[in-house]
Amino acid sequence: MSDRPSPSAASGERVQLKEVFKTFGVGTANETHALDGVALEFAAGSFTVVIGTNGSGKSTLLSAIAGTFRADQGTIAIGATDVTSWVEHRRARFIGRVFQDPFAGTAPTLTVAENLALAESRGLARTLRPLLRRAQRDSWRERLVAIGLGLEDRLDDPIGLLSGGQRQSITLLMATMCAPAVLLLDEHTAALDPKSAEQVIELTQRAVDRYRPTTIMVTHAMSQAAMLGDRLIAMHSGRIYLDVSAQAKQGLQASDLHALFSQMRREDRLDEATTAMLRAQYS
Amino acid sequence: MSILITTLSIGLVLAVLGLGVHIAFRVFGFSDITADGSFPLGAAVAAALIIAEVDPFIATAIAGAAGGAAGAITGVLNTRFKINPLLAGILTMTALYTVNLRVMGKSNIGLLGKATVFTPAESLLTSLVSGASHCTLLGRDVAVQDLACLAVSGVIVLICSVALWWFLRTEIGAAMRATGDNGAMVRALGGNTDRLLICGLALANALIALSGGLLAQLQSFADVQMGIGIIVLGLASVIIGQTLVGGGASVGVSIVGVIMGSVLFRLLIAIALRMGLDPNDLKLITAVVVLVALVVPSALGRVRPRPRRSMA
Repeated sequence: MSDRPSPSAASGERVQLKEVFKTFGVGTANETHALDGVALEFAAGSFTVVIGTNGSGKSTLLSAIAGTFRADQGTIAIGATDVTSWVEHRRARFIGRVFQDPFAGTAPTLTVAENLALAESRGLARTLRPLLRRAQRDSWRERLVAIGLGLEDRLDDPIGLLSGGQRQSITLLMATMCAPAVLLLDEHTAALDPKSAEQVIELTQRAVDRYRPTTIMVTHAMSQAAMLGDRLIAMHSGRIYLDVSAQAKQGLQASDLHALFSQMRREDRLDEATTAMLRAQYS
Repeated sequence: MSILITTLSIGLVLAVLGLGVHIAFRVFGFSDITADGSFPLGAAVAAALIIAEVDPFIATAIAGAAGGAAGAITGVLNTRFKINPLLAGILTMTALYTVNLRVMGKSNIGLLGKATVFTPAESLLTSLVSGASHCTLLGRDVAVQDLACLAVSGVIVLICSVALWWFLRTEIGAAMRATGDNGAMVRALGGNTDRLLICGLALANALIALSGGLLAQLQSFADVQMGIGIIVLGLASVIIGQTLVGGGASVGVSIVGVIMGSVLFRLLIAIALRMGLDPNDLKLITAVVVLVALVVPSALGRVRPRPRRSMA
């Protein structure tokens, strides 16, 4: 594929968020400040793990970068490009993404080969050339062999026949095969059984080592949070609660993170109690 | 024999309608009922142009293009203005009723004695049998004209289905299939799902209007009412076809299924009419057939265990 940039050693680009706000349900009782003035910079090629309680805004952070919605305020830049006004499919040329739902990243009635082919043309103009070209099969086969799940003989099976773990592994392959500038992982092992989750984490680490995209991973698994990445961010109520750099992170244990989590939960409960009290007073 | 051949011709012409419905309903999972307007639009445009002495092939092509524009409008209503698919289709279809009347200038146009896309084949075949209007086929007396219509219909369906099969396996076509499957994934991979849907509905309704234009020429008249309930007819072909070839069939096999479904359904109707079915009851029967075809497979699925999925 001569029209495709070959994966360079380091594909990552800096990601910069400046005072990003996003409020859902404006004017209703459920108004939530999912992102409350978030200012963050992710260095090119860095690997950041994001933790936080439910509703803390961590998934919203990834969606804001991916462009699933437009931020209410603030700017988002990838490398030197300001992508604030770009829609999701336009940003896709920079971004590889894996969702929590293992079925969300693949098209079930299309074959494994067709799914891979669609991922290979990420961000490129689609044409009237046949999607499947013989020349690509060998490279796909190689990549599937590298995953080690025995999927190399199933290129022509509809991907819907594969298990969740297999599909998530392929989704990860699809997200990284074009060496994206940014890799967004949204609790991508949360819905998998422990063994598949472990495999997908190992594949993640390998893909990150190989292409060095700027990786942002949201997780609920404290062991993953302690083990992976070179920076840790904890979010709470749409704000950055804690930002731990590489050196400090090395000393962190899963137990420390659990303690941190309990603290955030207590504050959540406190918030809820206050809200309930205020509501009782004024309604 | 003559009835059989005419039935087959109509079945093949309506198979093109089935292909269009297949794209909207099966490929995109989009309940597009624009067909009730775009099918007669194709008939109206083709008939009006043929009356105006335009070459029938060009007239038919323009009819298809007009349907494509209608489909694109439904697509824009849905994607751009977030109107529910059914309502978007209803709006386009209702507006097209007026358009169709305007195009024809009256509620129907007769095409008897006019040259149509079937005419060249008719004269060719007539000259082959040295000018006779009837010939014997399998020991039966058949009109040469009917045979020519069947041949032309067959060729058109063949061209349409091969082209569609090829298209759905191109980069754009596969992205369309993926859009119906998992739109979020296509957007995450950089595909503009709105544009893919608009183009897909345009293609679907172009085929539907093409079918309408061909039917008008086959039966020598276009009527503003000929679209009523046509979407259910198209769905009948698609669903019968799916029942024949199975739900998980590949792109090519599904297309063959739609064609078989359309022809089979036409044959069943012809038999029913011959056995004394009142033509006025046809729409009710069609609706019931579609209902049964929709309900029975899932009812059976509850009784019969699903085929085992391979889990490697």
